[in-house]
Amino acid sequence: MLVSILHRVSGDGFAFVGLPVLLWWLGALASGPEAYDSFTSVATSVPGYVVLVGLSWAFFNHLCSGIRHFVLDAGAGFEVDVNRRWSVVTIVGGIALTAAFWAALVLL
Amino acid sequence: MDKVKGTAIGAVRGLGSAHHGAGHWLLMQATSAGALITCAYLVFTFLFLPDLSYGTVTNWLGGLGPTFAIALLIVAVFWHARLGLQVMVEDYVDHPGRRFAVLLVLNLAAFAGAAFGLLCLIRIGAGA
Repeated sequence: MLVSILHRVSGDGFAFVGLPVLLWWLGALASGPEAYDSFTSVATSVPGYVVLVGLSWAFFNHLCSGIRHFVLDAGAGFEVDVNRRWSVVTIVGGIALTAAFWAALVLL
Repeated sequence: MDKVKGTAIGAVRGLGSAHHGAGHWLLMQATSAGALITCAYLVFTFLFLPDLSYGTVTNWLGGLGPTFAIALLIVAVFWHARLGLQVMVEDYVDHPGRRFAVLLVLNLAAFAGAAFGLLCLIRIGAGA
């Protein structure tokens, strides 16, 4: 049940916050260097990073539980043990991918 | 629903299937697959670009391949979000008139958002 709730929260949350940020980013790129500077100054502030880390988690969490939906829709993984194990994997996977993404972004 | 006598289930019993329930599910599958591929491309691009400065990003996004990929991303993601938010509206907005109004706004917002994103891509490609 938690995985289902998180799937909805991360998906709808990304739609309400992530898509406006995506459009702001594209709009700033289309408007020129000054507009892009004002975008990056907000995005790289402390609240900006909090939102971006939250969005990246929402993305990776929704991705993991979405792949789980693909498997379940194929009719597989309904045994209690298997289902529980992959539920845990989606939650841990979302957090791990978020951490890996930011580590790679900083290090690469 | 006020004019129908009896319970909600009684109003629909015997009418058979609406025959279009699978459409939403199939579109959800198709758009999620498209979003998965194009978003993975964008994530790896973020990681492998040397930096995310204006010059670097516009130089990358001005190319034909990246423009095409991000155009597909915009269509897939906004379509997917529109379908996902529709489910939320149908689950939590009970009043039929209010539900219709919210879904109308959702459709307009999804189309407007996708159109704005695609327009931005054209301007970035044209050198802004």
